[in-house]
Amino acid sequence: MESFKMALRSIAGNKMRSFLTMLGIIIGVASVIMLVSIVHGYMNSMIASFSDMGVDQINVYVTNTASRSLDTDEFYDYIGEHSDLYAYMTPTADMPGNLKNGSESMSYTSIGGYSEDYLNIKGYKLQAGRNLSYSDMVNANKVTVMGYYTAWYMFGSADAAVGQKVKINGNVFEIIGVVEKQDPTYFEAGGMDDFAWIPYSTAAKISKSGRVSNFIVSVRDPQRSEEATADLENYLDSIFMSSDLYSVYANSSMLKEMNSMISRLSLMLGGIAGISLLVAGVGVMNIMLVSVTERTREIGIRKALGAKRMAIMIQFVIEAAVTSTIGGIIGIIVGSAFTSVIGTAIGIKCTPTISAVLISFSVSVGIGLIFGYMPARRAAKLNPIDALRSE
Amino acid sequence: MEAAKFDACTEPLISLRGIYKIYKMGDEEVHANDGIDLDIYKGEFVAIVGKSGSGKSTLMNIIGALDVPTSGNYFLGGQDTSSMSDNELAEVRNHMLGFIFQQYNLLPKLSILENVELPLLYQGVKAVERREKAMRELEKVGLTDKAKNKPHQLSGGQQQRVSIARALAGSPSIILADEPTGALDSKTSKEVLSYIKQLNSEGNTIVMITHDPTLAMQARRVVQIMDGKITFDGSSEEYGKL
Repeated sequence: MESFKMALRSIAGNKMRSFLTMLGIIIGVASVIMLVSIVHGYMNSMIASFSDMGVDQINVYVTNTASRSLDTDEFYDYIGEHSDLYAYMTPTADMPGNLKNGSESMSYTSIGGYSEDYLNIKGYKLQAGRNLSYSDMVNANKVTVMGYYTAWYMFGSADAAVGQKVKINGNVFEIIGVVEKQDPTYFEAGGMDDFAWIPYSTAAKISKSGRVSNFIVSVRDPQRSEEATADLENYLDSIFMSSDLYSVYANSSMLKEMNSMISRLSLMLGGIAGISLLVAGVGVMNIMLVSVTERTREIGIRKALGAKRMAIMIQFVIEAAVTSTIGGIIGIIVGSAFTSVIGTAIGIKCTPTISAVLISFSVSVGIGLIFGYMPARRAAKLNPIDALRSE
Repeated sequence: MEAAKFDACTEPLISLRGIYKIYKMGDEEVHANDGIDLDIYKGEFVAIVGKSGSGKSTLMNIIGALDVPTSGNYFLGGQDTSSMSDNELAEVRNHMLGFIFQQYNLLPKLSILENVELPLLYQGVKAVERREKAMRELEKVGLTDKAKNKPHQLSGGQQQRVSIARALAGSPSIILADEPTGALDSKTSKEVLSYIKQLNSEGNTIVMITHDPTLAMQARRVVQIMDGKITFDGSSEEYGKL
C-alpha cells in the first residue's frame, strides 16, 4: 500500500517522463486491440455474407455409368427418410442456352432445371404467380419461374410477366411465377435477379442428357453439415462403390477455410501489434534505467536510512508496473474508441473483443514487471556510499 | 547472541580493532585507514577531526556501516559488522545509527514529515504510529508547522534540523554527524551545533566528523586522524592545548 502511494507520487512527480513511458504502452495496447477487433469484425461480416450464399447447402456431383447410377427418385426417398438431418433436395441441370421474348434475346440470364424445392433451398419468396410443382416435374411441363429482373426487363413488372410465353432454346415456356427482388444494390443483367428456373425433368429432356448428375441438398442445421457430408458420402459409396464416381461438397467447408484463414491473419496482425508492445516494454526499461541513474542519490539516502535491497527493488518494480498498468488502461480506452470509429468508417460493426483487451492488458502489465525488474535490481544493488556521493 | 550479552555500561558501544581500508589506485595501494583502534562508549560526544584525504570519511563510512573494512573488526553494540551482508548492514543502520549529513540529504519529492518518517518506514512501523513519532521529533526541532512543506521551501538551517529529527526518529544508539554545519552560515551553524550538544546532554551518543578544529573543540572528546592513523585521542581541553 505504502509502496503504491510512493509509486503514484513518483509518477506524478515526473509527468513528462511518465507520459512518454506510457505512450509506448498506450500505442502498443491500442494497436493490439484495434487490429484484433477490426479483423474480428471483418470476419463476422464475411461470415454473415457467406451465410447468404447458403452455408446449409451441400452440392452432390455423380458420374452415372451403365451399371451404377443414382436414381433421382431413390435419392429423394433417402433424403425423405433422414428428414431429421436434411431439409430439401433438388436435382440441378444447367442449361446453356438463351431466353427469347419474340426477337428480344436475354443473353446473360442463367437458366437451370430444378425441383419445386429449389425456392425453399434458396430461401426466396414469390412476388407473383406460383412455384414449380411436383406435377411439373413428373410431366416435364414447359413452365418457368423467373427472377425479378428478367420479368421486369421483358414485361415491365412481375404481374405482367405471369402467363406470358417465352422461348428457351427454341421451346415455348409459360411463365408461371416471378421471384421477389433479391439484390437491393445491383439490379442488372447477369445479376442475382436475372434467372429462369424450369423443371429439371424438362431440362434433361431438352438437353437430351438423360439422367441428372448434379444435386443440391440442404441441411436443417448448418452446424451439422459435416455430419451430413459424411452421411451422403456413405450413401453414395454404397451405390457407386468408388469415390471417383461421386463428390460431395458442403458450402460450409468454404466458410471453414475462410475462418481458418482469417484467424491466421488475425494471429499475424496480433503478432505485429505484439511486437509494438514489446518495443513499448523496452521503452519502459529504458526510462526505468534512466530513472534509476537519475535517482541514485535518493537510493543512497534510502539505503543509508536502512532500506534493504528488497524494499528498493519493490519500489522500482511497482513504479514500473503502475506506469504500465495506467498506460494499459488508457490504451484500452483509446483502442476501443478507435475500433468503433474505424469500424464505422469502413462500414463494419466492430466491438473490441474481450480476449484482445485481456491479453493486451496483461501483456502490458507483464512487460512493466519484467522490464522494470532489471533496473530495479540494479537500483537495489547500488552501494550506499557510491550512491550518496553521486550528484 | 552477542547482542543479548552486550552491556552498554561497561563495554564500548563502538569498538574498532585493527581497521584497515585499502583502495587500489592502479598499481598503487592507498591505505585510507591504516590500523585504527578506537572505543566509543555510550553517552560520549566524540569529534573525529582531520584534513581532507586524512581518511576520516572512510572511517565515518565504516562506523556508519555504509562500508566494510578490508581487514579488522568493527563491533557495533557488541555485534561484529565486518562480515555482515548488505541486508544485515541495512538493518544495523536502520536500528542503531542516525545520520546527519552535510548536504542534509532530504528527499526532495517527499514532505518534511515523510522524510522524518523514512527510518520508521524501513523499521516496519505502522503508518499511524509512524506519523505520531515523526511529529514528536519535528516538535523537538520546532518545525511542526512545516510538516507538510517540501524540503526546498525551507532554509538550510531548517533543513538540517529536519535531518536531525530524521536521525532521531528511528531511536538509534549512535548519531553520526558528517560535517553537520558544513553548508551553513556561522549563525545557523551555532544553532545546529547547540541542538547536537543538547542531544548529547539528553544521553545520546554522538560521533561528529569535521575538518574544522574549532568545531571539534565543541565536542567532549577529540580524535585526530592523519594519513589513516589516529594521531591524537583525548579530551577537547587537551586538544586545545596542542
